[in-house]
Amino acid sequence: MNKNWPLWEIFVRSKNGLEHRHFGSLHAADAEMALENARDVYTRRSEGVSIWVVESKYITASNPEHNGELFEPAQDKVYRHPTFYDLPDDVKHM
Amino acid sequence: MKTNLYNYILELGDNCLIAGQRLGELCGHGPSLETDIACTNISLDLFGQTRSYFQYAADVKGDNATEDSIAFLRYEQQYKNVLLVEQPNRDFAYTVARQYLFDVFHLLLLEKLQFSQDMTLSAIAKKSIKEVSYHVRFSGDWIKRLGDGTDESHEKMQAAINDLWTYTNELFEVTEAAKSLIDDGIAIDAATLKESYYEKVSALLEEATLTIPESKYFQKGGKSGVHTEHLGYLLADMQYMQRAYPNMTW
Repeated sequence: MNKNWPLWEIFVRSKNGLEHRHFGSLHAADAEMALENARDVYTRRSEGVSIWVVESKYITASNPEHNGELFEPAQDKVYRHPTFYDLPDDVKHM
Repeated sequence: MKTNLYNYILELGDNCLIAGQRLGELCGHGPSLETDIACTNISLDLFGQTRSYFQYAADVKGDNATEDSIAFLRYEQQYKNVLLVEQPNRDFAYTVARQYLFDVFHLLLLEKLQFSQDMTLSAIAKKSIKEVSYHVRFSGDWIKRLGDGTDESHEKMQAAINDLWTYTNELFEVTEAAKSLIDDGIAIDAATLKESYYEKVSALLEEATLTIPESKYFQKGGKSGVHTEHLGYLLADMQYMQRAYPNMTW
């Protein structure tokens, strides 16, 4: 039966003020069922206060074969991290 | 001992216990991983409610009774659940039909029971309402999905509703125990829930493109301990450990 159900990606906000984070994926026939399934699979130990579901086919993912051109050029550009400044002692939490 | 109060608590608790046990049978056997978890979650909600009722019943009974002795050591005729909740999981349509037909009643009952003059029953009802509101939503959505789904799912959903319809009228029977507690505002007069029950159920069945059964013949007996043949098997399964190894604990 579930062979025909599409896959959904589940995002859960664990408490107010935090962002929704990807929790996993599950099968469901429609959006309403995806929400109910997500509620039971991912929030039954009170992990969440809000759920987003999106059908997996609507996610556009980068291709691992392109990792070279996408991500490697950033590796030798340490100056893109803001680590070359002397911070005054009075500035905390940086 | 307050016999009427004790019997009324069992009436409430046994429905949750037996409905929960039936759903629990799907653990590892649900139609999909997701529905498996959903059904067993609902089952655990119902067992939680059962524990609250039986802890209270044990207090009322005294005599070294415990929630466990009440759940596991009674005989078939001593269970006061309605016939509806003991009906087996013939297929998933049966499971959701049974659950929905019970859930709607359960929620209507709890909405009144929260104002009971009995503080313990009132507290249990208040705590359970949120859980049961979700149960109705879950089972109702499934009835719509299967009723208004494919030809096959429609046919199976209709068959389940037709078969289980005959057990709905018993929900509104008022037992002697309940009758004696209604005037004091402790028990709920189940008969008063009947009209809104059939209104709600009919509206959902229509939305699910299902036909409302016209049957005028209804089964009864559960509330007075006269059960269908299915309860004995369920209890044999549920009570096995306590019967085979008396007083065993985990």
